[in-house]
Amino acid sequence: MDAAQTAAPAVEVDDVTVRFATPAGDVHSVLQNVSLTVRDGIFLAIVGPSGCGKSTLLNVAAGLLEPPHGSVRIFGEVLRGTNRSAAYLFQQDALLPWRTVLDNVMLGLTFRRLPRREAVSRARQWLTRVGLAGFEDRFPHQLSGGMRKRVAVAQSWIVDPRILLMDEPFSALDVQTRQNMENELLGLWQETRKTVLFITHDLEEAIALADEVVVMTAGPGARIKGRYPVDLPRPRDVSEIRLTPQFTALYRQIWDDLRIEVKRSQAGARA
Amino acid sequence: MTRDADERAVARSQGTRRAGRATVAALQFGVFVLFVGVWQGLVMLGLLDPFFFSKPSAIALKIWHWMISGYIWPHLGVTLLEAMLAFIIGTLTGVAAGFALARVELLARVFDPYIRTFNALPRVILAPIFILWFGLGIASKVALGVTLVFFVVFFNTFQGIREVDPAIRNNVRMLQASDWQMLHHVYLPSAMAWIFSSLHTSIGFALVGAVVGEYIGSARGIGYVVAQAQGVFDTTGVFAGLILTSVVVLLIDLGINRLERYLLRWRPGAS
Repeated sequence: MDAAQTAAPAVEVDDVTVRFATPAGDVHSVLQNVSLTVRDGIFLAIVGPSGCGKSTLLNVAAGLLEPPHGSVRIFGEVLRGTNRSAAYLFQQDALLPWRTVLDNVMLGLTFRRLPRREAVSRARQWLTRVGLAGFEDRFPHQLSGGMRKRVAVAQSWIVDPRILLMDEPFSALDVQTRQNMENELLGLWQETRKTVLFITHDLEEAIALADEVVVMTAGPGARIKGRYPVDLPRPRDVSEIRLTPQFTALYRQIWDDLRIEVKRSQAGARA
Repeated sequence: MTRDADERAVARSQGTRRAGRATVAALQFGVFVLFVGVWQGLVMLGLLDPFFFSKPSAIALKIWHWMISGYIWPHLGVTLLEAMLAFIIGTLTGVAAGFALARVELLARVFDPYIRTFNALPRVILAPIFILWFGLGIASKVALGVTLVFFVVFFNTFQGIREVDPAIRNNVRMLQASDWQMLHHVYLPSAMAWIFSSLHTSIGFALVGAVVGEYIGSARGIGYVVAQAQGVFDTTGVFAGLILTSVVVLLIDLGINRLERYLLRWRPGAS
């Protein structure tokens, strides 16, 4: 038995239910009695139809949303307030537009009151790592979407979090940039083996990146439908691995499960 | 995306913009020459009565005399002092109130009707009461200017703080910012952007407050000069006062443009 299995899980979501009041006055339940255990060091992808509450689940794990029912434990400890072990990579642009690239990357270090000199040198190292050396003094609007995403990656990894939460981080990028970013993400992950919770609605992306794929049911009241281990060899190249027979077989198997939920969610949207 | 292609694209779009600007400037000057020429011509041909309309050459001469005789400088100085005080006091109180109401929901809801009512009031009718309260000196003009500036700054601060992108707020929270750091790195810069974009309006209002206050009752200032000229049916003097005020506002505006371009250089389209 290896160390990762004996230690406390990175994230334990236990029997969480989240409801929102709709503008019409009804109560809309987003998550219904969801439990999910994520062991340390795993790359976990969560897929499900649009609007099924994937982001809500991630926000619960991040501590940005306190569930009215159920509990969250991070490395065995009950989560209160924001999750201090985690960094979050958002789907939208979340850089400070009024700060330069360098200042944005070192933001987490600034908040932790690290001496500026050290923060600057670490931020420069990270910018080099994500291929943005020389762009330190630019402002976010002067960069392309892909470059801004790289800055966001550096911003979230620089604080050396044990858990990485990612909410469809690459969905707004073009296919080429997206595959580059996915490969770079895998490279970074390979070095550190942090726990990753990666949300996507793209099953191909989920299989290409993850060790395990979790399928969620269509909302309202989404639950976890199934978990599928992905035992494809690493290191992987996301564009090449899609062509292997094992990938296709896995894709078919999971898609059978997911397809029903996507149909249900579309039927729900039409009704 | 290569860096080279990026920079060429930026250079080209700026080039076209600059060519357009030169044409516009030439046309703007043309409009000025045409307007002044037609005015002067109509008066000289006897089609406009100089008693009511004066003429550009006489107005220019009047301003010139005011300047070399030194008559206008103390008046201009007083008006600018009033406007500056009104601007500073109005901005400080406006920012403070905007912050308080944006962050404390209860305050916003309690004060909402009063703020609307007071803002709907045409501020000029306050001038007589301010002159009764604060006398004929500069205090009554500053008070009038403050009531104008305050609301512009207040509404912009309020909006600036309310409209912070939730993704940015969550991102900064996940990076473990304290409340104070949140204020310093997120709310203040966001509000500053709004306050700056309203700077032209608020400085204009500060000057309006000063000049209108002087016009209604005072012994010094540009408003007083215009009122005096009007009292002796000196149309040339009235126009000279008006034009002088406009030129001063224009010069201040140009200064603000430069400041704005520097301080808001992080905004798209600012560079």
